[in-house]
Amino acid sequence: MTLAPERHASTKPQGINPRLRVQSDTPRPQRPALKKSGRPNPAAHLTPEQIEGIGHELDALRKEVMDSRGERDAAYIRKVIKSQRYLEMGSRAVLLFSGVKVKGIRPAWWLGTAGLSVAKILENMEIGHNVMHGQWDWMRDPKIHSTEWEWDNASPASQWKHSHNEIHHTFTNVLGRDNDLGYGILRVDEDQKWTLFSLFQPIWHVGNALLFEYSIAAYDLELGKYVATKNRMTDEQKAEFRANRSEVLQKIKRQATKDYLVHPAMSAVTGSARTTLTANLVANLVRNVWTNTVIICGHFPPGISTFEKTSIEGETRGEWYLRQMLGSGNISGSKAMHVMTGNLSHQIEHHLFPDMPSNRYAQIAPRIQDLMERHELPYVTGSLWKQAASVYWKVVELSLPNKVEGRRRRDIVRLELKKAQKKRRRARR
Amino acid sequence: MSAPSIDRATPSAGATRPRLGAHTDGPLGGVVRGARKLAEALATPLVPADYLDLIDPMRSGADLRGRIVEVRPETADAATVVIRPGRGWRGHVPGQYIRIGIDIDGVRHWRAYSLTHRADGSPAAGIPAGCIAITTKAIPEGTVSRHLVREAGPGTLVMLDQATGDFTLPSPAPAKVLFLTAGSGITPVMGMLRNHLAELRDVAHVHCAPSERDVIFAAELAAHHTSGRMALSLNLDDVHGMLELDRLDALVPDWRERETWLCGPTALLDAAEAHWADAGIPERLHVERFRPSVLEPGEGGTVTFARSGLTLEADGATPILDAGEQAGVLMPSGCRMGICFGCVLPMRAGAIRDLRTGEVTVHESDEPLPVQTCVNAVAGSCEIDI
Repeated sequence: MTLAPERHASTKPQGINPRLRVQSDTPRPQRPALKKSGRPNPAAHLTPEQIEGIGHELDALRKEVMDSRGERDAAYIRKVIKSQRYLEMGSRAVLLFSGVKVKGIRPAWWLGTAGLSVAKILENMEIGHNVMHGQWDWMRDPKIHSTEWEWDNASPASQWKHSHNEIHHTFTNVLGRDNDLGYGILRVDEDQKWTLFSLFQPIWHVGNALLFEYSIAAYDLELGKYVATKNRMTDEQKAEFRANRSEVLQKIKRQATKDYLVHPAMSAVTGSARTTLTANLVANLVRNVWTNTVIICGHFPPGISTFEKTSIEGETRGEWYLRQMLGSGNISGSKAMHVMTGNLSHQIEHHLFPDMPSNRYAQIAPRIQDLMERHELPYVTGSLWKQAASVYWKVVELSLPNKVEGRRRRDIVRLELKKAQKKRRRARR
Repeated sequence: MSAPSIDRATPSAGATRPRLGAHTDGPLGGVVRGARKLAEALATPLVPADYLDLIDPMRSGADLRGRIVEVRPETADAATVVIRPGRGWRGHVPGQYIRIGIDIDGVRHWRAYSLTHRADGSPAAGIPAGCIAITTKAIPEGTVSRHLVREAGPGTLVMLDQATGDFTLPSPAPAKVLFLTAGSGITPVMGMLRNHLAELRDVAHVHCAPSERDVIFAAELAAHHTSGRMALSLNLDDVHGMLELDRLDALVPDWRERETWLCGPTALLDAAEAHWADAGIPERLHVERFRPSVLEPGEGGTVTFARSGLTLEADGATPILDAGEQAGVLMPSGCRMGICFGCVLPMRAGAIRDLRTGEVTVHESDEPLPVQTCVNAVAGSCEIDI
């Protein structure tokens, strides 16, 4: 499914990460006016000193908010967790009667399914995602801690934390390093290579959304990398993959047993086993599609930048901040909307400070927007429907190769097809 | 979420916690075990306790918690905190302490306090039946003691551990006893007095306090003295000066013949241990130590990787992660810039400084503290559990 970067960090001492500090020991280069792809660089006008200034300003803002964390924040997350658990218990209780018909409809099915969908979304987004980011570790409550949390999702927490917290958040939108850019199956940036596989990507995209929790699990497991490079892997790497695979399968088994066996069986008393099963299936689907919709708005809409691998060599903390701001986009909306997205509607703020409690992103958003405007950087934001529609359109548009002066796109596709046929014939011989 | 597995320094918690069905054998046991498995399958990825805790956090079988019933002032800066414990409370031996975990400004802090209530659960000294009590003195730098004395109110839910400690009286009680206490060091001894005074035939008690109004339990101690059940000598610093142990010969001439229980500030404990050793009777002295030594954060220092059996020097600019890796410790790591939490390890002691903000984190209880090794450098010394 995807070619992910090395899971194994080098065992050699690497020297202290330059991203720990805003200043650099050696002078940083001025950003080029154009990127490698020939597209304009939105940060070309900033001098290294200005970027250092941005770093200091954001460090100070982070400190200000982190120092003010307290009882109210703790009460917030506990309230969300408590509400979510009551909502889930209540919805599951209602679903015990999901098969009961009243005037031709099954009111308990509709009510229970809606409640369970919302509960699952809250659990994955505002609670699970954020707790696993360590946003609440400061409370020192072992029951709400990144090292302890397991979520209602096919992907085991440990594997998700590796691919998401470490790879995606460190290498956000760096082509070839951040596999969240299209999850290895979608072309969401013109600078990503076009292949024949891309032609059908609207289908892949919809499939990915419907099965999102499983594709995330496969992605975190680095299944695609295993399939592609199995023959070149060492025994140790293969053993690690097998251990991870069995962890994922165990998790999926537990999840499926709960949603598709035990809870339906409990409903059998009222003859509601089948309807409870469909309710759980629909709730999981709703959660999958919703989380996918929110997440694609974070990094794929137009106006958001991608970066070349070489552009992050020796990157300082200030430059990392800059990349996070340019590589993320927000979703505007109501307070309820922000909670349902796990505050990933404040994607820019989240990417700047992934360990800041999510209830604080709204508070700093105006100051981040102001900082970006002062430095003439685009603060990408829009309604969910506008942003999501733009991504769906992009997926369709980029299923075809980029426009090149003097060539028709259909000729490029034809040429690729011919090449593929030739390759197949050669392989057959 | 699975049940928390962060190790507690005191093994009494968790290890022997009774679990539903664990002790039930026979056909009923099978039913209970089956029901538990079903509940676990229904609750996954959480555990059934996560839901039950919403309804009754103090039920039997839950992690031990308690609810503050009353905070009663003892002196201007000391107070007794009366707590109704959850149904899992297993009682204590007088002189023992418990650890209390309390959330202050949203952050959980664990501290140990001696118990002062009656072990048989009967009411005494205004503590209602079935409640436990601790007494603490607010010290200027003491986050938790100040909070308990000044801020905490009835209704507050606190985390508890089962009672532990070997600062207790043997059975049968020795014929002659000396209690030597200073400041809030009176608390474990008050636990013994409230439970065992009737069994003790000959009790001498030397208690030190800065001044008369700082004496915790003053009226209760005085009453024991006047009724003749105990010979009390108060050493008030503003009247008598700090207690010199040479004065013991005058205050309690037969102190060498007495089994002695001692609790107070570190300086007094150290001096007394030397004094009893000089007298050739170190075995007669029983000491309760709460605070090892207060740590002054420094710049750089010694990092101990406890399970690797490795100690090394690191400067104040090197992340603990890098220091460990350079020495060949198999450190978990991730983003190396403080965002992914893939490098978190438990710190068992010491102090560290955040390289991004300069903020110092001091390990101040016996609870292991999970810390990010990639953005923290040692500040003085620290011990990491790997």
